Amino acid sequence: MTSLPAPPEKRLGLVIDLDTCVGCHACAVNCKEWNTGAGASPLSDVDAYGADASGAWLNRIHTFEVTPRDAPAQIVHFPKSCLHCDDAPCVTVCPTGASHKRGEDGIVLVTEDLCIGCGLCAWACPYGAREMDPVENVMKKCTLCVDRIYSDALPEEDRIPACVRTCPSSARHFGDFNDPESNVSRLVAERGGIDLMPEMGTRPVNKYLPPRPKTTERPSSAAARQAEMPKAEGGFLGWLDAALEKLG
Amino acid sequence: MHPAVSVIFFTVASGAGFGLIFLLGSGFPVGGGAGRAFFVSLIGGGLAVAGLVSSTFHLGHPERAWRALSQWRSSWLSREGIAAIATLIVFGFYALIWMVTGERSTLLGALSAAGAAVSVFTTSMIYAQLKTVPQWQSRLTPVVYLGFALASGWLIAASFGNSDSSEIWGIMLVVLAWAAKWAWWARAARTRLGDAGSTPETATGLGFIGKVRLLERPHTGENYLTREMVHRIGRKHARILRLVALVLGCLVPVAILTLVGMTGAPAFLNLLAAASMIAGLLAERWLFFSEAEHAVSLYYGHR
Repeated sequence: MTSLPAPPEKRLGLVIDLDTCVGCHACAVNCKEWNTGAGASPLSDVDAYGADASGAWLNRIHTFEVTPRDAPAQIVHFPKSCLHCDDAPCVTVCPTGASHKRGEDGIVLVTEDLCIGCGLCAWACPYGAREMDPVENVMKKCTLCVDRIYSDALPEEDRIPACVRTCPSSARHFGDFNDPESNVSRLVAERGGIDLMPEMGTRPVNKYLPPRPKTTERPSSAAARQAEMPKAEGGFLGWLDAALEKLG
Repeated sequence: MHPAVSVIFFTVASGAGFGLIFLLGSGFPVGGGAGRAFFVSLIGGGLAVAGLVSSTFHLGHPERAWRALSQWRSSWLSREGIAAIATLIVFGFYALIWMVTGERSTLLGALSAAGAAVSVFTTSMIYAQLKTVPQWQSRLTPVVYLGFALASGWLIAASFGNSDSSEIWGIMLVVLAWAAKWAWWARAARTRLGDAGSTPETATGLGFIGKVRLLERPHTGENYLTREMVHRIGRKHARILRLVALVLGCLVPVAILTLVGMTGAPAFLNLLAAASMIAGLLAERWLFFSEAEHAVSLYYGHR
């Protein structure tokens, strides 16, 4: 059913911390590994070792340069996967019912057996979260590792999405956004979590934590920089410092 | 957006086919007995069916296409499939009764005409619904699709029918349809992603720090997203293609209709006008896709 469900009980999703992400791509690699070997069809590649390698990924890491008006540019690594939107346009456009949002936890999924591979859901998504599998010819997207988070076979600590489990800088967090006391809700409240492209009206569940402000106070004039120079007091270093200063 | 040939052919051919079905159902005068009735119905139905079949060529799993009829509550694509198939079935009965008895059923005709209009409207809404492509998200998009369907359908009808004033009406419909397209183009030129309020700054949420620029793509190669939605090669010859669209789609048909109307030449020469217009519309539809800017291109450093 591609109509959106009533507001789900739980709203599971990710918080991605742009301050601590180091752009190592480990989340994307572990995502690819898990989703290639897991229950659904493999996440395939074409010409993987050739000149024109190409394939489906559910998570891709972009790198942006942000230039403030009065400070040097800074680099922001930007992992991007499905945001499991509350108003997911990829769900309502689907003609077959393959693309759906779950009523119990808000996860947006594709039932591969129903997908005709028309690609309209990918057109409807502003975030580029859906990619056509070049071998299976069905639409692939982040499942929030639905086959991990509810798994009884995995140890407790592994029952989180593969990208979160593997992140070496703890830049990714998984939880229930409907619970105000959850780790993700608290992070969003404390750090001012942001929505991507709010103008699209998708109301994404996943939130991004902006980079913390850089220290910007820098002495401006040459005299001020001179005053900041350390001075050696007494002894041989004191004599050397004074002598060299006289020389200019 | 990537201009897929199957989708371009689908929208143009099924538009002309349903335009013709609309006119036949509305009682466009066609003389000449069962043979003529069969032939003209075959063209209308054939174009619509050819378009629909072509549209399945771009599916990953065409054998599952029937499943697309299930989600009419939410999906314009599903509604389009249902409207098209229902219209073709009703029109099939209309044409059959027409051929056998020579009578044109008013009820089945009206149903076919209404269904044809709904089919073209739902086709246009597949594109007009997408917030991700601001140039498409406009009321003018269905107006243009309906206008071109009616005009190209009229030119085919004018080739086989025997309406005295079909040339002058044809000229008016062609000119009106292109006037709507001209307005669409003018709006599209001032409705780029940035005009609609989507920028690399809103895409990343980093605008509060400063100007955002893509430094490095996720992967060195192309991917589905860049091939499908960040497609820019098709825009390379946009100017010349627009000229081709206007000359073949508007000027040539108007000239042929004028000649036929003024000299009293045989009406089937109007078919040349129809063929020329359809060729022009293929160029117009190529530009509709290739010039469209998709929001995801903001993550890939392009517009």
